[in-house]
Amino acid sequence: MSYRKFTIEESWAVTLPEEDLDTDQIIPARFLKTTTREGFGENLFYDRRFDSRGEVIKEFVLNRAKGSETILVAGRNFGCGSSREHAAWALADWGFRVVVSSFFADIFRSNALNNGLIPVQVSNGFLEKIFEYSNNNKGIILKINLMDKAISIPATGESENFEINSYKQNCLINGYDDIDYLASNLKEIEEYEVFKLSSL
Amino acid sequence: MTPKTLFDKIWESHIVKEIDGGPSILYIDRHFIHEVTSPQAFGGLKRRGLKVFRPGKTFATCDHNVPTINQHEPIKDPLSAIPVEELRKNTAENGIRYFPLGDPSNGVVHIIGPELGLTQCGMTVVCGDSHTSTHGALGNIAFGIGTSEVEMVLATQTLLQTKPKQMLIRVDGPIKKGVCAKDVILYIISKLGTSGGTGHFLEFAGTTIEQLSMEERMTICNMSIEMGARGGLIAPDNTTFEYLKGREYSPGRKNIKKGKIVEQSEKGEQGEVGDEWNKAVESWCKLKSDPGCNYDSIHLFSAEEIEPMITYGTNPSMAVPVNSSIPEAHPEETGLYRALDYMGFEPGEKIAGHKVDYVFLGSCTNGRVEDFRAFVSLVKGRQKAPEVTAWLVPGSKRVEKQIEEEGLGEILRKAGFEVRQPGCSACLGMNDDKVPAGKYAVSTSNRNFEGRQGPGARTLLAGPLVAAAAAVTGVITDPRELI
Repeated sequence: MSYRKFTIEESWAVTLPEEDLDTDQIIPARFLKTTTREGFGENLFYDRRFDSRGEVIKEFVLNRAKGSETILVAGRNFGCGSSREHAAWALADWGFRVVVSSFFADIFRSNALNNGLIPVQVSNGFLEKIFEYSNNNKGIILKINLMDKAISIPATGESENFEINSYKQNCLINGYDDIDYLASNLKEIEEYEVFKLSSL
Repeated sequence: MTPKTLFDKIWESHIVKEIDGGPSILYIDRHFIHEVTSPQAFGGLKRRGLKVFRPGKTFATCDHNVPTINQHEPIKDPLSAIPVEELRKNTAENGIRYFPLGDPSNGVVHIIGPELGLTQCGMTVVCGDSHTSTHGALGNIAFGIGTSEVEMVLATQTLLQTKPKQMLIRVDGPIKKGVCAKDVILYIISKLGTSGGTGHFLEFAGTTIEQLSMEERMTICNMSIEMGARGGLIAPDNTTFEYLKGREYSPGRKNIKKGKIVEQSEKGEQGEVGDEWNKAVESWCKLKSDPGCNYDSIHLFSAEEIEPMITYGTNPSMAVPVNSSIPEAHPEETGLYRALDYMGFEPGEKIAGHKVDYVFLGSCTNGRVEDFRAFVSLVKGRQKAPEVTAWLVPGSKRVEKQIEEEGLGEILRKAGFEVRQPGCSACLGMNDDKVPAGKYAVSTSNRNFEGRQGPGARTLLAGPLVAAAAAVTGVITDPRELI
């Protein structure tokens, strides 16, 4: 699926300082029964946002958010567990364009990148700085610059670089997707098949 | 010649093209799909006006949403019925072989692949499901992918992948009596953590691994993802070749009866094989890591230290031996505190003797016939504890059939158990097999996250022997007390 181009994102952040947030929490299995990619945002972190009677859990950070935040900051090993891409769809559909953590599960990282949701991996120290600032100041604004591969805290001027594969960086900046690229290589794929068969 | 790992050999032989500074185009030999992660992929193909490039290399089953009783009736829950019907339509429109409910080859995707000989050796195998790592047990690069990548495979039979790092996990020594493969992998994950393998592909080796049956190797590889690894593989050997010989899609399979090729015999015996089989085995024998090859990290374990295990928390690494206690926790360890609070356990509490409400035997981790044999070995001559609800779910129609043919079904029914029909079932509660809030379930599945088996459900992961012991005593019990 082609997605919106991503260059610079500056926004208030939702901070969730918990480690090992798995994809069952991000989007519980009972919400995976639909056959389209839309509408998952309303079920994002459902069992953390609502109790068993459907009442809003006021303390949960998403329920106290402004609603205009496009950046989520979470504890290490975000997105572990099931490969469900629905987790990335739910986050993107809610409105997030960036997830910041000190560590991402592999499959979630791929799924996020494939949906224009940037996983920004920072050092433990920088993550702590973000949580501390947010806690002491009732929130934090962050800025992500994809061209420079940098994340910064405008209020303090602190920043850090993050890694992203240059192929993916180029795709995201230009709004290209992988299938277009792969489909343009069908001839090479067929040549590989012929070669493989002949070498058996 | 630089010594190479088995992973290196398979990876390099599947590269179609390298991209400068980017991922490689990796050819995919085998693609499995199920009803949850495929609909949007087919939808995407339609929108782009693309066809399935190589329909013969994709095989489909329905498993996540299906009921595990009355499978001959239409699926009652409309939310479950719709994606299953979508899969039927999508596979029919695109010429993809589909094993629907009731088909003798239907079952949980990671159980039927090897069963049918669709999963062989030295392949790249993918599926929109993280437990695709299971297929690595036959010596494959097998890993889970998201729905967008399912679409890529359908459209081009390739994926863009960056080569991961590699980790060797050696387990040596004899396994103690009463300990099974599930205990081995739970032990490893408890030592390495849920992100211990992230960024890596695992190779399992060692004398312990070599002595395991194919089904036990599948249990081990299945849970590679629970330590964050992309997948895990085990080099194929004679055990692997004997397992694959004569399976329906295995090379050279033929069953000659009066000059005609027929289906497998009634007893489920594998058919005779021809030359193609010998050629395949000859090439598979080369699928080993070279002496002196390099891994990015290595971990060594001794099987003698492994006891029957059980999880106490809300991720698979939170596990201890059944005959020990839950760790002490400090208040700053907010993750552990949160987990114990959710589970209703106290730090330092002994885990054995705790009441059990549900027992689930099944899933792609432990839903095979050997798991049922192990369960039966402990419950035979005993009775299910009256207060325990037990879901015994074979991983496939073939497993279901074998359970009956071997007389295991009869023993289970005499002991007060009921054998259900194949599906993912209570592993993730997408069908009616949900554990109610606050109830404790000893489960032979692979994840114990908060709400995994139902909102508020309290999952305790274990192997089939620990599950059997809980089922007959009604409390968490060391199975060795009953052997």
